[in-house]
Amino acid sequence: MSKALLYDATVCIGCKQCEAACATQNKLPYDEIAAAEQTQSEHKYTVVLTKGDKFMRRLCMNCADPACASVCPVGALRKTAEGPVIYEETRCMGCRYCMVACPFGVPKYEWSKLLPRVQKCTMCADRVKNGTPTACAEICPTGATKFGERDELMAEAQERIRSNPGQYVNHIYGVGEVGGTSVLLLSSLPFEEFGYRIDLTRDPLPLYTYRVLSRIPDFVPLGGVMLGGIWWITHRREEVAAGESGHLTKKEARQK
Amino acid sequence: MKLRLSFWKFVFLALMAVGFYSTMVRFTQGLGRSTNLNDQFPWGIWIGFDVLCGVMLAAGGFTLTAAVHILNIKRLRPIVRPTILTAFLGYVLVCIALMYDLGRPYRIWHPLVMRNPHSVMFEVAYCVMLYTTVLGLEFSPIVLERFNLEKPLKIVRAALIPLVILGVILSTLHQSSLGTLYLIMPEKLHPFWYSPLLPVFFFISAIAVGLAMTIFESSMSSKHFGRQLELPILQELGRVLVVVLCVYGILRFEDLLHRGVLKLALQPGYEMYLFWLEILLSVLAPLLLLSQKNIRTNAHGLYLAAVLVVLGFITNRLNVSITGQESAAGMRYIPRWTEIAVTGSIIAAGFALFGLATKYLPIFPAEERSVAANEVMETAPVFDHVGD
Repeated sequence: MSKALLYDATVCIGCKQCEAACATQNKLPYDEIAAAEQTQSEHKYTVVLTKGDKFMRRLCMNCADPACASVCPVGALRKTAEGPVIYEETRCMGCRYCMVACPFGVPKYEWSKLLPRVQKCTMCADRVKNGTPTACAEICPTGATKFGERDELMAEAQERIRSNPGQYVNHIYGVGEVGGTSVLLLSSLPFEEFGYRIDLTRDPLPLYTYRVLSRIPDFVPLGGVMLGGIWWITHRREEVAAGESGHLTKKEARQK
Repeated sequence: MKLRLSFWKFVFLALMAVGFYSTMVRFTQGLGRSTNLNDQFPWGIWIGFDVLCGVMLAAGGFTLTAAVHILNIKRLRPIVRPTILTAFLGYVLVCIALMYDLGRPYRIWHPLVMRNPHSVMFEVAYCVMLYTTVLGLEFSPIVLERFNLEKPLKIVRAALIPLVILGVILSTLHQSSLGTLYLIMPEKLHPFWYSPLLPVFFFISAIAVGLAMTIFESSMSSKHFGRQLELPILQELGRVLVVVLCVYGILRFEDLLHRGVLKLALQPGYEMYLFWLEILLSVLAPLLLLSQKNIRTNAHGLYLAAVLVVLGFITNRLNVSITGQESAAGMRYIPRWTEIAVTGSIIAAGFALFGLATKYLPIFPAEERSVAANEVMETAPVFDHVGD
């Protein structure tokens, strides 16, 4: 029963109320200067990008199998059953591997602080847990950002593309990207124009590291036995040679 | 000689002073003020050089202990101690460097209790921590001998072989895992460097650098401490280095070929130049040098080839961690002077500690200590026949 957000750029009027609601929800400062910023940052989890009269939101995609959560050595980032990818600040040691790993460049860092935290949209995890829509979806006056079950939203997105030929790019962003995300996007302009990469793999990224990592438990006993075996053979050879010449005992040969 | 020594002392003190100032900036004003890192480029030279190259440069430790204790190649025994010393210092310095880079260094112990076995970083953290302990134990007999502590010495000696085996396993794991770290970003790392074989490349190159560093250190010790290794040993290391570099080079180009990236290597561009610089320094030039018998069997020639290999693989690690990430990040990263100063002072500390240890601890074998470096160099041609 995974929840998701569907953002339909063709319905968006660019009022930026989602930005303001997000800032209030996450206790971030929000004023005219912040509203004008066109990039996600440590004080702006979501941004409405403007291109002429077209809009597009950027926020954490809350991947189904998130790279950030898989790489975090201390498990500070975690995918919840309801859908949001959450961040536990008290665990984080600040290695920033999540930022390096995220295919969407979402996690931001408080570079100016002495004890910085990673900052990102967590899909209002507390609200979602209680069955309430995210702050951005609740405030949206046109229904451009819609909260619901992922399966249902996906079907709805398909239906919108089908019944409005020519109005949308024939692609629901987030269905397949990096194994699927909990944020789905519809747009009339190509997604690349807003910095969304459309060449992303369909595989969940954690697969790439885990297929190497998962071999390690097998490798340890194998490596140990192999190295021990080589040691035994190379040293036994010496003992035999010494034994044949008859001058040295085992122990002496080993010490030699 | 006296003038030179005081010159190096001056350089050392200058580096330490600048490093101290940068440390102050880092720990009183944060990462934003002390580095050129930002949200597009979260990892800089403290990871790319201090950690990736630091661990790589310390690879001689496991390579040599495996050769001597496991493969039973006794001729190499005289260089085990200096190599273990370098490796131990290297890992300690890597851990110190990591404290600068972590946003909250006082939580460095968190991976010990908050485990995420799906994280490569978690595995690297565990391996590095365990291996530093192993290296400490492998190094301990040198200190114990110095102070004539017979009993603990006996215990460590009895546990030596299991320790060596453990050390080789741990090294294999984390040397390769530093490459695995980058497997999570097929979309960000340039195709010259992103390969499913990254862990294999990191491991093989670690062995090559381990051998090269041993040759390099021997020459450095001869210059500054009047001690160096016998030429036949260096020649032997040189021959193994040729084989390792050949294997690495062939695998690297096969990989580029099969991934269809080889044609990119002919299209001029920022990445292409740095790719060829890396290949030239790490594989082509050293192999060309070492293919000449008079260079391969000569101490100076071996030294030159070793320096090239070390520089080449440093370029490789910086390419993977910095060059290869820049187009995806949409920016060029140039380290701030404070970043360079911290790295510089860590390297200087490494050299100084190595010097101190060789002075006060039985690092170099007794019989060689009496032999002046120059004599060894001059007698070099005598050993020529051993070279093949």
